[in-house]
Amino acid sequence: MATGLESIAENEEVLRFDDVSLRYGRNAETLKDLSFALQPGSFHFVTGASGAGKSSLLKLIYLGAKPSKGLIQLFGRDVSSIAPKHLPMLRRRIGVVFQDFRLLDHLSAFDNAALPLRIAGRKPDTYREDVAELLAWVGLRDRENALPSTLAGGEKQRLAIARAVVGRPDILLADEPTGNVDPEMSLKLLRLFVEMNRMGTTVLIATHDQDLVARSGKPVLHLVEGRLAPRDS
Amino acid sequence: MAQPSSRLARNAPLLPVSDARDRGLVFVVATLCFLACLTTLAVLVANRATQGWTTQLQSQATVVVRPRANETPDSAAARAAEALASVSGVVEARALEKSQAEALVAPWLGDIGDLDDLPIPRLVTVELDPRSPATSKDLNRALKAQGLDALVDDHSIWTKDIARAANLARGFGIGIFVLIISAAGAVIAFATRAGLRSRRDLVEVLHLVGAQDIYIARLFQERFAQMAGWAGSLGAIGAAVIGAALRLTIDRSDLALTLPIAWGDLLALLPCPLIAALIAAVVARLTAETLIAEIT
Repeated sequence: MATGLESIAENEEVLRFDDVSLRYGRNAETLKDLSFALQPGSFHFVTGASGAGKSSLLKLIYLGAKPSKGLIQLFGRDVSSIAPKHLPMLRRRIGVVFQDFRLLDHLSAFDNAALPLRIAGRKPDTYREDVAELLAWVGLRDRENALPSTLAGGEKQRLAIARAVVGRPDILLADEPTGNVDPEMSLKLLRLFVEMNRMGTTVLIATHDQDLVARSGKPVLHLVEGRLAPRDS
Repeated sequence: MAQPSSRLARNAPLLPVSDARDRGLVFVVATLCFLACLTTLAVLVANRATQGWTTQLQSQATVVVRPRANETPDSAAARAAEALASVSGVVEARALEKSQAEALVAPWLGDIGDLDDLPIPRLVTVELDPRSPATSKDLNRALKAQGLDALVDDHSIWTKDIARAANLARGFGIGIFVLIISAAGAVIAFATRAGLRSRRDLVEVLHLVGAQDIYIARLFQERFAQMAGWAGSLGAIGAAVIGAALRLTIDRSDLALTLPIAWGDLLALLPCPLIAALIAAVVARLTAETLIAEIT
């Protein structure tokens, strides 16, 4: 039985949306009839005005919500057919940087960054150096023992990114990852995402930062009122 | 900006340590464990007291001897005592003096002065061998063989009543124990629910980084089991102090028969922390699994 742990076959789509819609309760549809696919190792931005559905789109991908209509295939499997007990294994292949960081306040920066490895059952001895190196890479070498409440906004952002990438996910989702950092740090973070992408991770970044999108030259999924639309619309 | 704390441990507990260290919760669970331990001691003491009383009653019999027309009461009682003493399972049979028999009935007759005119029966007290006591049938047979008109009271009516009262007390004690354990379980379930609801954000994050429901449930299970084990220790120590105080008190008083608590009884309190932890673990696990399934 497939558990979500299997690796992606060559040329297999990492993600496919077929006519997917999302509705919260009895409200109007937040996302409407979305159809697109992401190839392994691709890099996309999701853009759109506030309320266009960027965060909701990411939520569907990280299995935080179920579509009200349509088919979502993740790593070649219809997510609706995956047993709930196998969802955690699938989630381990997805790294997420949340807009509000969602760091655990009672854990140090090191422990927050190492969380996915710990959940995956890795022994601390096997990841201590890797996590320290990663924290150094995102500029938090001296903040390893700091609690999130003592970190500045940009530091929290970088810590959230470190946590998202520490498990070498197949797909990395980031919701406004440059929203709390200065332009210099914004570029640094973009380089970090590009580096992850070079190592084979599929990257999808939701952002308002048109400058960042323009500099990267990466393809864009543009949302207008929950629908995919050409960028100039 | 605040400096990072160098004391912050790596691999710190995923569930904040403070979550199950609410003093009120520890106090309630410790109190319930204390009451459960006291109930256990009470049941043990009641059992031992009943056993003592029953053994004491079963090791004695009383024979009422009615003299025949051609025989004096004293001689009939003496013959009965002699006949009974030779029965297997009898240690000693002793005919009470007339004055002793009169003293026994005096409380029912009041101060009527001269009892000589009353046909007060003579009594023979029989001490039975506690290992293999003679039955009332054996005693009756021996008396009949000597042609004596006598009535044997082996106290069985009293021992039956005591056994019934003991069973009732035991059942009551077990009922109270079960009630206390159930209350402790309900408190843990309530605390687990409250803990999970207040840590919904933590549960969500753990889910999103790939934690299984069972992994998250185990965090709460371990945390509440630790708390209950600690509270159970406090409750058991409290009950042990009370038990030891009682034991020392009866050593210096005549309560040994009424409250026959033994030092060994305190050993029954040893498993309390383990039982408390076990119950908390099971209840917290089941509650957490159910609630996590509801949340997600």
